[in-house]
Amino acid sequence: MTRKICVATALAAAILATAATFAAASAQAANTEVKIDQFAFAPQRVTVKAGTTVTWINDDDIPHTVASSTKLFKSKPLDTEDKFSFTFTTPGSYEYFCSIHPHMTGAIVVEAATGSSAAQ
Amino acid sequence: MTSDQDDGRGVSRRKILECMTWAGTGVLWTIAGGVPRSMGIIGEATAAEPSGLTFLQISDSHVGFDKPANPNALGTLEEAVNKIKTMPVKPAFVIHTGDITHLSKPSEFDDADRIISQVRLDVHYVPGEHDVLDEEVKLYRDRYGRGTKGAGWYSFDANGVHFIGLVNVVDLKAGGLGNLGNEQLEWLEDDLKGRPASIPIVVFAHIPLWSVYPAWGWGTEDAARALDYLKRFGSVTVLNGHIHQIMQKVEGNVTFHTAMSTAFPQPAPGTAPSPGPLKVADDRLRSLLGITDVTFKRGQQRLAIIDEPLQG
Repeated sequence: MTRKICVATALAAAILATAATFAAASAQAANTEVKIDQFAFAPQRVTVKAGTTVTWINDDDIPHTVASSTKLFKSKPLDTEDKFSFTFTTPGSYEYFCSIHPHMTGAIVVEAATGSSAAQ
Repeated sequence: MTSDQDDGRGVSRRKILECMTWAGTGVLWTIAGGVPRSMGIIGEATAAEPSGLTFLQISDSHVGFDKPANPNALGTLEEAVNKIKTMPVKPAFVIHTGDITHLSKPSEFDDADRIISQVRLDVHYVPGEHDVLDEEVKLYRDRYGRGTKGAGWYSFDANGVHFIGLVNVVDLKAGGLGNLGNEQLEWLEDDLKGRPASIPIVVFAHIPLWSVYPAWGWGTEDAARALDYLKRFGSVTVLNGHIHQIMQKVEGNVTFHTAMSTAFPQPAPGTAPSPGPLKVADDRLRSLLGITDVTFKRGQQRLAIIDEPLQG
């Protein structure tokens, strides 16, 4: 894992007292895909590590958007096969919906990135 | 189809069901003494009654759509326009209940204007969600928003009938349905204030103002408040699009009706995994696209509504 040490690790360790080993994240360039198909996000709820880039792909014949409920991110209208990506750096639960068809909702749950402790 | 003006009570259930088998031009509305009645297909509707007010509804032209369900949505819009042009009696004007374009592109609006302007009639628009894809709703408002409020709502009068165009496709909330919003609802309340209950009202908006099928988003979150303001009127007709198929419901003095699209059909509620475009056999497509023709006749409580397919 990374050789980033000290401050971040110390903070993380302090916050998450039970986590014995904790490294400041960022090394993993993980990618996850969410399909937009049949007026639904699939999977509807995804759990990823901080630092993950999520890419949505529209497989429908109708345009959709990916819009954060807190306005953190919003795609342009995605026509068929268009994609939109967003990188989640901070742990938390991110609800989103299609602003054109608001009954379509989804969530990205971002967990703190863990790794083998680089430095203790 | 046969026009339905024998009993003066509007369209029978059987007629409506017959209408549902049609395919796609527009709906011709007749306001007769207050309540619009769908009269069936355009040619027959116009042959019906010369008196009163007849106007036409077109909807969901989705200019720019080129997927398998209809690779040439502009072409079928043109067929609908040609149908209107050849009507024996010209309607007074046209209302377009939104989704003029598929992706709110300037070129799509241009193409739509080029074709629709050929009817040589006033066209009163409200936007669909596909027309407001740019963040500020600028493209739609620059073209159609003159004299309107907010995202494009307005009212006007014709032949003693009060028409109200509402916008329920902007500022939609996660998990919700169509949305009118407080500002528009306050405007509506004010717009109706002081009008006699005897004046026939026609409300038109893109997404149905009744709960057709909320699981697919086919309804409007705060429509109940709008309908509350309208309940004292003796004749209210609500014309919508969005669902690309004919549906009608009568509730008290309020008649709800949705028009066919001129672009592509959508499945009946719950009959498919999603409301996406319905691919049908090529020779069936034009029987599922159409227009609506409405005629108002004084002394009758219902408007005559005729849904007319492009073919069939």
